[in-house]
Amino acid sequence: MEIKSMRFKANASASLANVVLQGNLKNAKGKFVTKRAEALKDLDDFEGTRDAAKAIRNKVIDNLDLWLERFERKALDTGAHVLWAKDGAEVCRLVTEIARKHGVKKVTKSKSMLSEEAGLNQALEAAGIQPVETDLGEYILQVDNNEPPSHIIAPAVHKSLDDVADLFHKVHGTPRKTEIPALTREAREVLRGHFLTAEMGLSGGNFLVAETGSVALVTNEGNGRMVTTLPKVHVVITGIEKVIPTLEDLSTLMRLLPRSATGQSISNYFSILTGVKKPEEHDGPEHLYFVLVDSGRADVIGGEFHEMLRCIRCGACMNHCPVYQTIGGHAYGWVYPGPMGSVLTPLYAGIENSIDLPHAATLCNQCGIVCPVGIPLPELLRKLREKQTDAGLRPLTERIGLRLWAWVAQQPKLYALGARFGVRYLKWLAGKSDRISLLPMAPEWTRGRDFPAPQGKTFREMYAARRKAA
Amino acid sequence: MSSRDDILGRVRAGLQRNAGNAAAGREIMQAAMEGRIEGPKPAMDTAPAALLERFRVKSELQSSTVEVVAQESEVPAAVARYLAAMNLPTTAVVQPALAALDWAAAGLKVEARGARDADLVGITGCFCAVAETGTLMMCSSPDAPATVSLLPETHVAVVRAARILPYMEDAWNLARAELGTLPRAVNFISGPSRTGDIEQTIVLGAHGPYRVHLVIVEG
Repeated sequence: MEIKSMRFKANASASLANVVLQGNLKNAKGKFVTKRAEALKDLDDFEGTRDAAKAIRNKVIDNLDLWLERFERKALDTGAHVLWAKDGAEVCRLVTEIARKHGVKKVTKSKSMLSEEAGLNQALEAAGIQPVETDLGEYILQVDNNEPPSHIIAPAVHKSLDDVADLFHKVHGTPRKTEIPALTREAREVLRGHFLTAEMGLSGGNFLVAETGSVALVTNEGNGRMVTTLPKVHVVITGIEKVIPTLEDLSTLMRLLPRSATGQSISNYFSILTGVKKPEEHDGPEHLYFVLVDSGRADVIGGEFHEMLRCIRCGACMNHCPVYQTIGGHAYGWVYPGPMGSVLTPLYAGIENSIDLPHAATLCNQCGIVCPVGIPLPELLRKLREKQTDAGLRPLTERIGLRLWAWVAQQPKLYALGARFGVRYLKWLAGKSDRISLLPMAPEWTRGRDFPAPQGKTFREMYAARRKAA
Repeated sequence: MSSRDDILGRVRAGLQRNAGNAAAGREIMQAAMEGRIEGPKPAMDTAPAALLERFRVKSELQSSTVEVVAQESEVPAAVARYLAAMNLPTTAVVQPALAALDWAAAGLKVEARGARDADLVGITGCFCAVAETGTLMMCSSPDAPATVSLLPETHVAVVRAARILPYMEDAWNLARAELGTLPRAVNFISGPSRTGDIEQTIVLGAHGPYRVHLVIVEG
């Protein structure tokens, strides 16, 4: 997928000015938060479960090479093929080759963010193979000129009922429907035909189980089951960090993933797929391929962002992020939005391509609090900011400004003089009021809120005065 | 260099892999595989009647409907009653595992096979059920094709009360004991298929069944 993260500020401004989007975001933001909080109630020991989940993920990423070899061996034993891809281009090449080998003309896809990373749909189309997104949200986006997703769990969360009604009326040529069940039924009927005729199904993988060589898929719509049951070929595209040890570990993680993502105690379907159809079986794919993808992950291992590899892609961090809630997912400019995206995009797509993302956070730590595997997201964002500064990647004005500030801060007398001037200037600016409604140096800051006016003297002046009095 | 070697090589470099920490890593791995460590689980009354009750309550929360019958021979009549009450067709596809029940006596026309697109009602058993979340565990096999619980708009599942287990962990242990290895597809099913992709409004019947009806056999 094309990286548009360099245009974060412009994209965010456009999102803020988009009245329809603001309405949709406002409508969406409370629901995820409330549902998650409700769903956590029947988990007696959320903290303990989270500690266990964190330990499971650490166990794997701390010895990832060994676990990958173990998973590969088990998967091969079940009759699956295991392929490795260094980057998105290799994912596209491998999947296209598999499709050609089996004479595939149509691929039904259940949601895979890695396929978005790789730009796989475009590659398949270029090879004359038709990719069909079957997750309702992804389907809506695909028929809307391949619009990118704005959320990893609810890809079309930025769209309203009206948007979808107009879209389906246009692309399906059917009378415009205004009820959500009717629109869902319409998509179901269109997609059923594709499920039955595709020769290849493509899915992501929520987890890879080392014990059994299986892939685990967490879905609600049933499309994940369709694409892994009906076509003769099933291809799993998944990141190398997704391995977990045992089926027990799968159960522990499943107590957290659906609750954190959609506020469900369990997803509607949870499928653990192992190997291929046996000759006497009625259904299931005859060929199963795993494509284990690096795309930047291997280089994160063992470094200062190692902990990010625990991520299980639930989306809770973005659902609870005040910045995401306000600007939506598109402004982030790549596959993963919100706090996890602001860490992953610089790591996987280049820190120089996403200068503003580590700053697209207030570091309020809502994300860190809700993360089901305890990733210290604000800390990682701060480390990225440091790296940018060390590498001289920040804008010239900011660099000069910070250097100037650092110099002044090291001159106590000058600093005190500056502070005294500033405080008196702001007090003068406020006049009789105790608030300032427009800051001349930073007008954006006071758009929609007032700046509290200083009430007299600086801290150092008051401190000195009190010492003298004492 | 192959991509596999390149990727694993960089992972090893990141982990500063050497003979010593490889041996330590293998021990951790072995302990994890043998230990099968279970995480914290929500407390539950595991008396059989309490399990059945919890399973029923949780299933209904997932939008399934539930009927309890005393013995297996009552299942076809119970299914027929449900289909009539819902104004649904009396023709169904049934998993071969349940073919021996006397469906005809209850006025139902069933075919034992995998499901096709045109099938409107699918009747299945289940490998076991999980009380914690109100979940069916389906294990695919020639006798239990995965399509029967997926393609039809109505899914009726027969659940033996004795096979309602407290937790998913118990289901894995039962599968290990009875099946040895996992079947091609284990599908945990919790209610009818659903989507919330338009304005986060939950709609039942996304791509799979619109309704799931459970007939629990006590005896």
